[in-house]
Amino acid sequence: MAASDVKLLGASPSPYVNRVQIALNLKSIEFEFLEETFGAKSELLLKSNPIHKKIPVMIHNDKPICESLIIVQYIDEVWSSGPTILPSDPYDRAMARFWAAFVGDKWYPALKELHAEEEEAKTAALEKLMEMMALWEDAFAKCGKGKGFFGGDCIGYLDIAFGSFLGWLRVTEEVLEIKLIDEAKTPGLAGWAERFCSHEAVKGVIPETEKLIGLAKIFQARAKAQSQN
Amino acid sequence: MSDEVILLSIWPSMFGMRVQIALEEKGIEYEYKEEDLANKSTLLLKMNPIHKKVPVLIHNGKPVCESSIAVQYIDEAWKDKFPLLPTDPYHRAQARFWADYIDKKIYNASRKIWETKGEDQEVGKKEFIDCLKVLEKALGDNPYFGGEEFGFVDVELVPFFSWFYTYETCGNFSIEAECPKLIAWAKRCMERESVSKSLPAPQKVYDFVLQLKKTMGLE
Repeated sequence: MAASDVKLLGASPSPYVNRVQIALNLKSIEFEFLEETFGAKSELLLKSNPIHKKIPVMIHNDKPICESLIIVQYIDEVWSSGPTILPSDPYDRAMARFWAAFVGDKWYPALKELHAEEEEAKTAALEKLMEMMALWEDAFAKCGKGKGFFGGDCIGYLDIAFGSFLGWLRVTEEVLEIKLIDEAKTPGLAGWAERFCSHEAVKGVIPETEKLIGLAKIFQARAKAQSQN
Repeated sequence: MSDEVILLSIWPSMFGMRVQIALEEKGIEYEYKEEDLANKSTLLLKMNPIHKKVPVLIHNGKPVCESSIAVQYIDEAWKDKFPLLPTDPYHRAQARFWADYIDKKIYNASRKIWETKGEDQEVGKKEFIDCLKVLEKALGDNPYFGGEEFGFVDVELVPFFSWFYTYETCGNFSIEAECPKLIAWAKRCMERESVSKSLPAPQKVYDFVLQLKKTMGLE
């Protein structure tokens, strides 16, 4: 399929965008990556996603698809001859969807709470997050069924949904000097994270931790400046 | 092998109603178990330890949590009867988009209408109506969100219809005046047995909310 048939509106530091990039790579789909600049939304983005005005948006044969997990499922269904992303069993699919939703609904907001100003809020947030990491370790064992990925032998929907956030997870670990994924406490996740990040479809997608830390500082400075105006 | 299907829910929950409608559409035999959220059953806590919420669908002992996920599960596990999602991937993506929109926007806006007063309530009312108008536009001239056929998005949205009387009375406004096409759609859905069986009477919901507000000290 020609690259121009598939366009991805996004920005590389966004884990939601990374999800789509990984899915496209997994299926060996050529695409044109249209990088949105931070702070200004392109005409194309506003036209393609008038409701949420957010990235990622995938445009396939001029038709827009929005919301990262919806896009990933779309990719899986259209390019059905490539490696499968969602499990085939309905119950396994429901489990994958449940945990994928958990990433955005509960886990990532909790991760962001860790960067709170007050010590008390920080401690409470850390305790909550450590509990969640234990849940993830458990989920990995259950979903992966002893294999290398949440999807089993191959990377799948939940690997993509959660793994795309490893960049920002590493940022939090480094900036706050804590360990969220630990060889001792979460051995399953530790092995998985390394396996995921070195996978062909993932290499080069998630920006390096140092770059993300640099970007985070810029975002923070801009947010501060905006709130002071 | 006969399936054992249990639905844990509370009767006013629009999320529980979604799952019920899906089960009814597919003609699946199930056992409905009413939960008391002030005193959650051991079964609920065991089946949904993470969120401890209803609804939970239990199929042959295995739990499926989160209503939208449960509805999709029902559609896939009983795929030979009355499909709820379209077959075309683009239309499926659109259906999922609208289901996600309903989940993200409608519920939160609607809570402000009955939980708050004054300025906050006005904000909630405006948000709610704006969202309904977006959905009404998406519906267009189709009989259902699924097009000619009742489908996934219809299942996701129609339970809120049983709460419309509550929103209108608490917020002192008319949803029909703002979104007549949507009301027409809802009444069309109510003609289906799966829907009329699963939605409680609007007055009953209103009485429940009045009681809830008293308990929450909101009166």
